[in-house]
Amino acid sequence: MKIRSLNPNFRRRLVTYGIVAAAFVFIQILSGAGLLTNSLSGQLVPICAYVIMAVSLNLTVGILGELSLGHAGFMSVGAFTGAFLSVCCKDVLPGWLTLTLALLAGTAAAALVGVLIGIPVLRLQGDYLAIVTLAFGEIIKNLLNSFYIGRDSAGFHLSFKDALSLGLDDTGEVIINGAQGVTGMPRSASFTLGIVLILVTLFVVQNLVDSRTGRAIMSIRDNRIAAESVGINVTRYKMIAFTVSAALAGLAGAMYAHNFSTLVARKFDYNTSILVLVFIVVGGLGNIRGSVIAAAALTVLPELLRGFSDYRMLVYAVVLIVMMLFNQSPQFAAWRQKLAAKFRRRRPNRKEA
Amino acid sequence: MQFLSYLVNGISLGSIYAVIALGYTMVYGIARMLNFAHGDVIMVGGYIAFTVMTTMGMPALAGICAAVLVCTLLGVAIERVAYKPLREAPSLAVLITAIGMSYLLQNLALLVFGSAPKSFSSVIALQPLRLFDGALIITGETLTTILASAAIMAGLTLFVNKTKVGHAMLAVSEDRGAAQLMGINVNATISLTFAIGSALAAVAGVLLCSAYPSLTPTTGAMPGIKAFVAAVFGGIGSIPGAMLGGVLLGVIQSLSTAYISSQMADAIVFGVLIIVLLVRPTGILGKQTREKV
Repeated sequence: MKIRSLNPNFRRRLVTYGIVAAAFVFIQILSGAGLLTNSLSGQLVPICAYVIMAVSLNLTVGILGELSLGHAGFMSVGAFTGAFLSVCCKDVLPGWLTLTLALLAGTAAAALVGVLIGIPVLRLQGDYLAIVTLAFGEIIKNLLNSFYIGRDSAGFHLSFKDALSLGLDDTGEVIINGAQGVTGMPRSASFTLGIVLILVTLFVVQNLVDSRTGRAIMSIRDNRIAAESVGINVTRYKMIAFTVSAALAGLAGAMYAHNFSTLVARKFDYNTSILVLVFIVVGGLGNIRGSVIAAAALTVLPELLRGFSDYRMLVYAVVLIVMMLFNQSPQFAAWRQKLAAKFRRRRPNRKEA
Repeated sequence: MQFLSYLVNGISLGSIYAVIALGYTMVYGIARMLNFAHGDVIMVGGYIAFTVMTTMGMPALAGICAAVLVCTLLGVAIERVAYKPLREAPSLAVLITAIGMSYLLQNLALLVFGSAPKSFSSVIALQPLRLFDGALIITGETLTTILASAAIMAGLTLFVNKTKVGHAMLAVSEDRGAAQLMGINVNATISLTFAIGSALAAVAGVLLCSAYPSLTPTTGAMPGIKAFVAAVFGGIGSIPGAMLGGVLLGVIQSLSTAYISSQMADAIVFGVLIIVLLVRPTGILGKQTREKV
């Protein structure tokens, strides 16, 4: 079968999967040859988590067209649920089963929170919606920061005050310890798992986007009133997109949690949400493949700039600003077109070839 | 009496939020953009005042003037370099550029001043006010903050409503195209808005660091977010809304820290914001616009 005869959507998808697979093989070869620095190989699972985050946020911002600044909140829900489950089950169940359950539980919990938050949030529009998602993200962080749960022979104990008020007996252990977070997760997440989950995420999101549901969601983005007037149930499709996006963020969080032995809620503040937003805007709104590449590249960039040590975040900021100006400002666009025209004149038969 | 003391502290904190929120709301009203770098201008103001007062040993007034001057120039420069070329671009592109600006300012400050907190010496030399036989003590910082913020708000309201330039700002925020046809210099008006907003941020920075004297490169981030929330709370784009939102936010934060839980104070502030927006989707004093097809 010739690749050109395939449905263009399907072909586009295959290329994206191919890029991810190629990246996987490339990294495996590098690490086999011992060319991977320690700091970079420690970043592999977080990079995969950020790629999933970016793809899932792109569903809300690029495909549904609603700006969300609280995506890290869903990630933290997934991370804490997964970590909690892992710590509870690590002595009872085999490792792979614990990890699978933790990933599923993280996804489910984030989806549930996504529904709960989506009901009020999706009534709002534009910048107001953005600020409310930011508010929810901060609320989740604050709640997790003052959330205590422990286990003893009598079962589970909950508290929002401190670890002492849990009232545990001698056999008790504190599992989630407020601002100190969770400790003692098995560090069972691997790069291979990350790549598999990226492929799952891409499969879910791209199938959703190319389906009837996806077209309905995009029609809401393009013109809500027109979509409503042809009988599209706006609230329902908004909820679908928002919940899937939240669930995938939970998946990313649950995987992320299993790469570290401690997990604190502070890690998932609005800076993380904004970081992921930067990935998808740089990669191109609504462009799934762009999100994957931008998330990986922009997470690796600070690592590569390690030689500049103190200047690396400065360089990152300048790159970000220059990139936005270069891509979006009309002056630059005109200059780019002129350049492209010159290029084309020099090689007239490029198109036909 | 305890309650009164918390209330006064809340109003003081809230007036700082209100002054910052004014910068957010004016820029939003006129340029239709969320200026995420605004919070970091506060931090720059704090550092400039710190350098002039502590490192160079000059009087407090010189520190405040230097902070205001530098921040005004900085605000105008940021607008000119980063935002003006993107005026016709989608709003998300401008938002990301603003985030880039925010990173840039924070990391420049980190390079120049280091990450160790600097302890800011207060610019206010007032004796604490003792009321009710010492049962209620209002510090000089609290009092000055409230008075200075009230003066700024009154001055800004007069400026916007009574002067020709202020009217130009209102006109640009109402309809940029029509304002331009009426002979208003839109670019100059937007620059002026950034100048005023950044000058206010500098004042807010000095007041904030006087009340909470630890200064780090990320000092501006959380107050910036809170002030942004305050601006949305009051109805973004509305000047009285920003003042009301700021003060309310400060009071809610102060009272919930005192009576409920200091860890949950932020959650409560954001929770109230969500409830307000669900009841009034455009904020307390925001304009309700009807959708036309």
